[in-house]
Formats: sequence, C-alpha cells, structure tokens
Amino acid sequence: MLSFQPDRSQYPQPGPDGRLEVDLETGKYLKLWQGPNHPGITGNMSVELTVCGDEVVEGKTHVGYLHRGFEKLMERRTFIQVFPIVCRVCVPEPDFNEYCYAAAVEELAGIEVPEMATWMRTLILEMGRFNSYMMFLGGISGSLGLGLVGQWMTYVRDLMLDRFEELTGARIYHMFILPGGVRGHLPEGFAARMEEVLQTAEKYLADVDRVMFSNSVFRLRTEGVGVIDPALFERFGVTGPNARAGGVVKDVRKDSPYLVYDQLDFIPASGKDSDIFTRVKVRRADIDNSIGLIRQILEKMPKSGPVMARLPNVLHWKIPRGETYIKGECSRGEYGYYMVTDGSGYPRRINVRGPSYTHAMALLEHLIPGTNISDVAALMVSLHTYPPEIER
Amino acid sequence: MSLREVLTPFTAWKHVLDAPVTIPDPIGREAAERYRGFHQNDMETCIGCGTCEAICQNGAIDMVPVEGQVTEKGDSGLRPMIDYGRCCWCALCVDVCMTGSLTMSNEYTWVDTDPDAFRFIPGLEEPWKDKEAGYRREGGRELSGTKRSHMGELAPALRGDNFSEICAGFTREEAILEADRCVECGLCVATCPAHMSIPDYIAAVRDQDYDRGLQLLYETNPFSEVCGRICTHKCETSCAALHEGDPIAIRWLKRHIIDNVPMERRLELVGGAKPANGHRVAIVGAGPGGLTAAYDLAREGCAVTVFEALAAPGGMMRYGIPEYRLPYDALDRDVAVIQAMGVEIRCNMRVGRDIALDDLKRDHDAVILAIGLQMGRGTRIPGSEGPGVEKAVDLLRRITAGEDVPVPERVVVIGGGNVAFDIARSMARLQKATHGTVGVTLTALEDRAHFLADAEELIEGAEEGVEIIDKRGPQEVMRDASGAVTGLRSWAVTSIFDDQGRFAPAYDQADERVHEGAMVIEAIGQMADVSLLGAELTEALDWNRGRIAIDAGFRTSEPWLFAVGDAVKGPDVINAVADGHRVAQSVMERVSLQEGIS
Repeated sequence: MLSFQPDRSQYPQPGPDGRLEVDLETGKYLKLWQGPNHPGITGNMSVELTVCGDEVVEGKTHVGYLHRGFEKLMERRTFIQVFPIVCRVCVPEPDFNEYCYAAAVEELAGIEVPEMATWMRTLILEMGRFNSYMMFLGGISGSLGLGLVGQWMTYVRDLMLDRFEELTGARIYHMFILPGGVRGHLPEGFAARMEEVLQTAEKYLADVDRVMFSNSVFRLRTEGVGVIDPALFERFGVTGPNARAGGVVKDVRKDSPYLVYDQLDFIPASGKDSDIFTRVKVRRADIDNSIGLIRQILEKMPKSGPVMARLPNVLHWKIPRGETYIKGECSRGEYGYYMVTDGSGYPRRINVRGPSYTHAMALLEHLIPGTNISDVAALMVSLHTYPPEIER
Repeated sequence: MSLREVLTPFTAWKHVLDAPVTIPDPIGREAAERYRGFHQNDMETCIGCGTCEAICQNGAIDMVPVEGQVTEKGDSGLRPMIDYGRCCWCALCVDVCMTGSLTMSNEYTWVDTDPDAFRFIPGLEEPWKDKEAGYRREGGRELSGTKRSHMGELAPALRGDNFSEICAGFTREEAILEADRCVECGLCVATCPAHMSIPDYIAAVRDQDYDRGLQLLYETNPFSEVCGRICTHKCETSCAALHEGDPIAIRWLKRHIIDNVPMERRLELVGGAKPANGHRVAIVGAGPGGLTAAYDLAREGCAVTVFEALAAPGGMMRYGIPEYRLPYDALDRDVAVIQAMGVEIRCNMRVGRDIALDDLKRDHDAVILAIGLQMGRGTRIPGSEGPGVEKAVDLLRRITAGEDVPVPERVVVIGGGNVAFDIARSMARLQKATHGTVGVTLTALEDRAHFLADAEELIEGAEEGVEIIDKRGPQEVMRDASGAVTGLRSWAVTSIFDDQGRFAPAYDQADERVHEGAMVIEAIGQMADVSLLGAELTEALDWNRGRIAIDAGFRTSEPWLFAVGDAVKGPDVINAVADGHRVAQSVMERVSLQEGIS
C-alpha cells in the first residue's frame, strides 16, 4: 500500500520558492501533461506531472481553460437576468446554482417561497444529485479502464434526463428554479414514470455493484490509494462525500437543513478509510439515499398549491443593501453562493463556492506525489471534480 | 481477494442479448410537452411592446418592422426577431410577454447549411408555427400585476352636498406600487397627443425623484396639474398592462408628481424664459390651447398677451369642469407658472367688444385664436325655447362664477357625455345643499355600455343620486298652462345611426315616458362663438364644415392668424395642449421668417 506521505528524500528537494528543483537534463525525470484533452481528466483542466519512471513525484494543477467570467457577468445583469446564466457555472449538476442563487435573492429581497415550490426544489436537487453520481460512476470506472459502467450509467442518466425534460422543459440547463419559486407543477403521471426510472436504475446499480465493487481489479487499484488524511480536511476545506469517506460525517442536508430536508428520512453515508475505494463506496450509498429521497418527496409533497411567489416587476427589481451566504449539499460537497446587494437593480458581487475548487486544485497537488501515473486519473475523479465550478 | 471477485464481473455479459437502449432515429423524437424549443409568436395578439427584448439577457431579441404590420394605437407595429445564435432558451421572454402571444414550441431540431439561417423572423412561416406542445407561461406569473394600486376617495355620503375634490391622489407607497407595474414599453407615449415622456416620469416616481419627474412633465405639458386630474387619459387605453389586467394609472401618477413638488420648487425647476426677442403675439382665449401656446412662445422670448373674455383664466378648465373634479387652486398653480414666464393675461377683455381683432393684428406679429366652444347646442325640440330650459355650459359657467342659479327640486338633463354628467352632478350637489334631496334625471340616446362619458362618471353619478336612464330620445319639453316647465317627454331609442353610419335616431313611439322636472338642461354639444371675427374676416377666411379651416401647423388662410383648441379641432385638454405646442412652433416659424425678411 502506498503511504500518503511518501519518503521525499529520494525526490528532488524544494528550492527557495518551495517548488521542487527538477533537472530534466538528467533524463531521470519526465514532464507529462495529463489534460486538458485527456480521457482521464474530467472536463477542461490539466495536471502537469513530473514522473520518475512510472511514479509521480510532483503534480501541478492547471485551470483556466474554461474561464467564462460568470461572476462578473452576473454583476452586469438584473436580478432576473442572472437566473438563466447561473446554471452554466456547473454543467453536470446545474440545479444547485439555480437553487442557491434563487434562495439568496429571496432572502435579501424578503420573498416567501410557497411550500409546494420548496418540495419541487428538493426533488430537482435530488434528481440532479442522482445524475451527477451517474456521471461520477461512469467516470471513475472509465478512468480505471472499465468503460462498461460508463455506458450503463449514461443510459440511466439519460432516463433521468427524460424526467428532467418533462418536468422542467430542458434536459441539461433546466432553468426551472427561479427567484420566487419554480416554473411549474409536476406533469400528470410524473411519479409513476419516475418510479420506472428508479427501478431501472436500481437494476443497473446492482450490476454496477457486481462489476465494480466485487471486482478484484477495481479493488486492487483503489483500496489504499489516494488516502486523504482527515487532519487535512479542515485545511483544504474538504466537504461532502470526500470528507464522509474519511469518517467526518458532514452533510449540510443534516447539519443545517434547508428546503424540506428536515422532513425527510435519510442517513448520510460514510466510511473511514478515506481512500478512492471508500469515496466511491460512499457515493454509491448516497445514490441509494437519493433514490429513497426522490421516492419520499414524491410521496410526501403537497399535491397542489402555488409554486411561485408574487415578485415585484422584475424589469426594474431593486433589492435593498445586504449580504448573505446560501449553502447546500451538492454531490461533491458544500455548494454556496455569497451575494452582496447594494440597493440597485444589479447584484454588487456574487461569489460561487464550488467544492471542486478546494478539492481539485490544492488538495490534488498534495495527493499526487507518490502515486502511479495510471492512478492519477482515478485519484482526480475520486475527488469528484467539475472544472466549470472552479472557474466561475 | 477471492475467486468470486475475479468471476463476478463477468456477469455483465448477460446484457449481451438485451435490446439496444439507444434511440434509432433521434431526429424524429418528440420532445416533452413543456419543452422549451423554437419560438412561436401570434402576430395578431402581439402588441410589439418590446418587453421580451428588454428582458433578454443575451441580447438575442430585436424588435423589427414587419411587412403588413401597421403601427396603431396600442401596437408599435414591431415584432420580435430572435437570433438563435444567442438565445439560451431560458424563456424569460415568454414569462414576461404582456399579451401571452410569445410562446415556445417543443420543436428542437433545425438543420441548415447556412449558419445565418437560424433566426426566428417574424412574418415568415416556421414549420412549427402551429404546434400545440411547448412551453407556455403558467397563469399567475404575470409581470405587472392585474390590480391597480388603491387610491383614497371621498365616500359618496361625504361629497353629496359640496364641491370638495373627490380623489385624494396616491400616497407615496401607493404611487411606488403603481409605478412598479410599468414595463416601460412606451406605447402610451405614442398615444398621448402631447407625447409626454410617460415611462420616464413613472420611473421618476419609482425612484422617488420628483424633481426629475416634474421637469419631464414640463417638457411636454404646462398643464400637468390639470391633466393629472381630469385628462381623458387615452394613454391608459394603449397601456401594455391592459392585456394582463388594469392599465397603469398614468394620470394619477402624473398628479402624484405635481402634488409632491411645492410651488416655489416648481418655479425653480421650470426655470425662466429666453431673453426677449422683440416679437409680440396676441392670443384670444385663456384656455389650455391658448395658454400652452403662450407658455411656449414666452419661453422663446416673445412678448405674449392673452385676452380672456371672462373674469379668470382657464377657459373650460375653470368654467366647464366642476370643482369636485378639478379644484380651482390646482388650475391657478398651473396658470401661475405660465404667468411666471412673462405671459400677460388680460381678463374681462372680450375681443370684438372690449378690443377689436384689427387692433390685435396691428399691434402684434401674430394672433392666435383659442376661443373654444363656449355656446351650448340646443335640441330644438318643441318647448325648448323659453325659460326653464338651460344650456349645460351656461349653467356650469354661472356656477363657477358664483352667480345665482335656479335649483328646482327636480331637473332633467339631456345628454350622455362628460358635460352632461358635470352639470347633473353639480345640480345634484346644489339640490342636496338646498333641499336636502337629489332629484336629477339624466337621459341619453346611447345605451349604458356606449355612453360617451367616462365610466367612473356613471358610477360616481349614480352614487350621488343621479338617476341615469339610457336609450331615451327627447321629444318635447312639457310646460303647464303658465308656461313653466313640468318635464321632458321622451321615446325609447331603437337605433342611433342608420345603415350608412349617419346620425339618425329611430324611436319606438309606443314606449313613451315623461321625466318630471321643473328645469330641462341640454348637454348635447357645444359650438364656437365666432362673432368676434367680424363680417369681413369671416368672408375672407377659409372654412371647413362650420369651423375655421387650418393646416397641420394650425395656420388659417390669413398668414397673421392662427387658430387652435376646441374651436378648430378638440376634443379635450391634452389635445389642446399638444396643439398649443404646435401652433407656437408655427408662430415661431412665421416671426423668425419675418425677422429674416426685415
């Protein structure tokens, strides 16, 4: 088993600037770029590896390939005009942006959201979490050469996208949760069709359990690899499944319940080994949580009622001076929107806290040294990295 | 690691015989019912308000002219063109559409080799034009609210025997709420005869910047305080909010601005006139048309003298409109601002009696006739000549002037316009004060739905005890042996216009009624008193159906003489204000031209 803190005496020593002094001329080391176009990289970022043989002695994360300046764009748009662009901050799980933004606006503007809308929002968020995990399972298995799971999960995710489509009117960027509530009610017969999807998902997930978790290759390559010392959680701002896999049971849904999570039964999944395998296992258990939550929500939610609060005229909507931070538990950890308003018709500042920012930039650099080249992809994916949310 | 963990993954092979899960023909796949796909726009329902263009955060929507689409009241004639290279399908445009004409179909495939082809162009037939499925705005998400903000009013019980103003005007909170409903489409600006900057001054109310609001009002209307109370507010009939519910209370918001700027501040904000330019202009009649022209010309530096036959300026605003609708001090403030521009108003100077029109011509570079319609028309039915039958405008003038007016216990009013209601409600007040009871019967040719008077006149009139009888044609003023009026005999109206649309009332003679009353008041229209022109000038001028003929610049056929207001065009204060501006411009052109020649 590889230790988390390798014996650095055999590696080049850090220079005055803290960077390792690698003399490529010696032929002992090689620079290897993994990404930005690489199947083992989730999205548009890259890791600059320094390898000695097939062992990685240093890894430097590079972002910037996807910068679209969303936070700045938001400052130039009226409060309602921000709503269609926030979802683009994170492609695979866009709904969290919509929820956090809407909740921040509602808090600062003093808008009461109808109860029906809070249930709908919770449903959407759990559906989004489910889909995010589908991508994750495909990604982690793919990064270890097990492409089959990716194909299955893409199919299951597509079934869920069909449900998104009929509920929200779009497949990827749903633009359904907007300040004041949500855009519509459940379509007729939605719960039954959702149940079909969930049952199909459960069938495929049982297959996944067999080909992944009961797979000697998968276990060999993930157990004990990429261990994050729980002592680092605080320092690197590790949240969500990454932290829960290390025995630190943090879940915003439980710790400070938002929406209707206090009315739903679930136990956040956790582990203690803090390696890749445990992180995947925790997420796998969290999928079951999501499936259970979707069922609970569809059963418990009110059958009728308004879904939208009365907004002021959004064409010239001004929000009093104030600031707030809205957070929620997304599939990767704590997702948050910090918003400052100055009494004008535009947000003064919006800062998006995407968990990938802390997980995949600083922490990854810390975890890489001492791993094998072929493990870097799995290590990165196991942190559940979505580069778009790093670059807002 | 066990053997089981080596073998278990091979269970995946069981899927080998499964049917493929992919869709063989994705192009033909129907999207979900509420899918947000390519747009649809009902060209007939769309009013071109441009709210979709304003909300689009991608700048994907442009309002463009469309062949065959005409600009008319409440319709800009423009329609949205959508660039699908920019659109993000957020559907905010659909959500804010004031008429609900803009929707989205669930069509999402479009194949073309031309990258510029991907635009929604109004007027072109899209293949998905008639698709039923797609995203529609759910009810209740209306943008501007369907209800007008509340405004305080005097209760009927408190206003029956006095001439106190009925409407209290908006409070600040009410005004901000009402101003918030505006979507700033500007359709109202096109409809307002004076083209007031309505969305801008409504924005000033929202921003609580009354100084800016007042300056905006005075850019186009020196009678904003008057219009803020009694304007016929045609703007509100073209308001985009009308399609969702109540139109914005544009008139009351205007009044709210004026009410919130003290008089001294108003004078400061309006500013002074330009230096004198040496030109002299005479204006006959101190009504809204004449005084607006006077205001403009004085600001340009002309020496303006207004000759008014009656004792105080204002014309019909003072002597026609009752005080409960327009308090005299409100009118006085508007007039005071005009006087502050250096306009000299000479009251009790009837041109043709106290001073000759020729004298005015001799002493001035131009003369503007703004004499209004001061003479009431008669019904000419049997018995209408003689005492006990009055013209509404004469009575209203006498009430304003404080003269003694006979107040019988029962009166009958003929007419269904605003003047008829003005006199009916004035008489009702006088009766209530004198006798303690109201006995006014108002008869009109039209049915209730087609009364020419504003809807609130019918409501408030009835509240004040006026008996309103529709579809009655006056036939005879009944008199007793002594000649005193006893009532009005009327027949039921079966139709007002003939097949060609000409005025030719038809009656059901079997349905005859006598409306009791010791006085009959005729309120069926007015005409101008043009006796001041004199025979020679009357002969020399061009006429158009009994009115002095004018061109678009309000010039008569005599180069020195201009005419404006009800006497030549009408029909209300805001039109007179608009025309006042235009005639002032024509006069300025003429005097500038003279300057060039000399």
